[in-house]
Amino acid sequence: MRLLNDLLASLRNFVSSVGALSIFFVRVLGQVPAALLKPKYVIAQIHNAGALSLVIIMTCGLFVGAVLGLQGYDLLQRFGSEDSLGTAAALGLIKELGPVITALLFAGRAGTALASEIGLMRATDQLSAMEMMAVDPIRRVVAPRFIGGVIAMPLLSAIFISIGIYGVHLVGVQQLGVDPGSFWSQMIASVEAGDINEGVLKSCVFGVACSLIAVHEGYTAQPTAEGVGRATTRTVVISAVLTLILDFMLTAVML
Amino acid sequence: MTAPVGGRGTPSDGGSPVDNLVEITDVHYSVGGRSIFSGLTIKIPRGRITAVMGPSGTGKTTLLRLMTGQIRPDRGHILVDGQDVSSLSTAELYRLRRRMGMLFQNGALLTDIDVFENVAFPLREHTRLPESLIRNIVLTKLQAVGLRGAWSLYPSELSGGMGRRVALARAMAMDPDLLIYDEPFAGLDPISLGVILRLVKQMNDALGLTSIVVSHDVDEIATIADVSYILSAGKVVASGAPKALKESDSELVRQFMNGLPDGPVAFHYPAPDYREQLLSGDD
Repeated sequence: MRLLNDLLASLRNFVSSVGALSIFFVRVLGQVPAALLKPKYVIAQIHNAGALSLVIIMTCGLFVGAVLGLQGYDLLQRFGSEDSLGTAAALGLIKELGPVITALLFAGRAGTALASEIGLMRATDQLSAMEMMAVDPIRRVVAPRFIGGVIAMPLLSAIFISIGIYGVHLVGVQQLGVDPGSFWSQMIASVEAGDINEGVLKSCVFGVACSLIAVHEGYTAQPTAEGVGRATTRTVVISAVLTLILDFMLTAVML
Repeated sequence: MTAPVGGRGTPSDGGSPVDNLVEITDVHYSVGGRSIFSGLTIKIPRGRITAVMGPSGTGKTTLLRLMTGQIRPDRGHILVDGQDVSSLSTAELYRLRRRMGMLFQNGALLTDIDVFENVAFPLREHTRLPESLIRNIVLTKLQAVGLRGAWSLYPSELSGGMGRRVALARAMAMDPDLLIYDEPFAGLDPISLGVILRLVKQMNDALGLTSIVVSHDVDEIATIADVSYILSAGKVVASGAPKALKESDSELVRQFMNGLPDGPVAFHYPAPDYREQLLSGDD
């Protein structure tokens, strides 16, 4: 009986959390047009979430591509089809690895930065000060950061995929001797617009999800050092889990 | 620094009947079942400096949040310039807040922009003034608090006292009718404290503002306040001119005004019997 009560209480908490997040999402969406009217704040946030994440995205992209090259070559050569390495790697990167790993890295770098920044603004009364100056913090602080994250994610994903393909090429073609002509021609012939659309759609959805979680956790953080720390941790955990769940759902729908 | 150019009368000058800018009537407010206010009534006269004092945890900051509509009372009325704050829509509340300035305890400056932009912030958000005019207004406000030369510094480069002066300049940027100070003297060195104290008085008198100051610094606030309220247990326990409060018969008021460690506000947090607890060996 107690177990059932606990279960019901957890379910109630979950439903109320999802409800609060949905209401927050609607509030943010309502302020997006107003935030876009002051593009300099949005551009600054694209820089914060995007440009400042470039090094980690490019480094990880290169090594993920290199590993993909090694594993792909090992697997494909068993069937004598190592010339298909370009196709296999490109499809893997464009449809799955690019959007998903970019989202996970984004949650760890930009998401935590967003959550802790907004959480600290809450803890130091900056958000209350804005409200007292009759300025809606959702419009001035949250919406530009949300938009910045949503725009940055597909761009980062595209860069991750490009560098990843370069990594595959570096290992597969330059080190293991896959024929460069076959590598590129098979890739070009096999990758269709639909595959790219799938990757773009996924990274856009992940951009919305990860940015929303980050700004929501920061905005609702307890105004203490512990509260901001917890919000930062929750941002990474929830974003990562949500990204993988959404990835499964999107893949199931689009396959 | 801006020199005082006169001001409105004090309660003792025998002028016209006092007109209240803020009227709080029979306000009840509780959080999580714990009552913070139970029948609080306060009147803030227009054009004066009103001090709100009381032991820690009596809800002074909560009172400011009620007055500014950040939270709503369970019962009672809070009228600011005739408008019931608790019944206003968000848009109406924001319109009212444009006529209020608030100085937070830690300044609450926006840390990602410099001093100039902090003071310009409300002007840029609420007006379409040309840049040259914004520049002049900001420099005027900074000059009034003595920090025109610090316009390009970031909040992290300011001392506590300087930060509060910049926050005061920002609170004045829209020329409000009401300025609210939440613990403006807390943690300041004597020089900074004296500067803020003088600024509160001068701004109030020179600009014809109404000021509400929440503070523990009894001696300092007594030098500038026209009226003081002392809160305890969710109610006003004493009010009047600070000098009169110092001579009050009430034990609580005397304890508070003279900073006595024990009295109606006990030194010891409620606990079981000391001897019994020591001998029992339990926690």
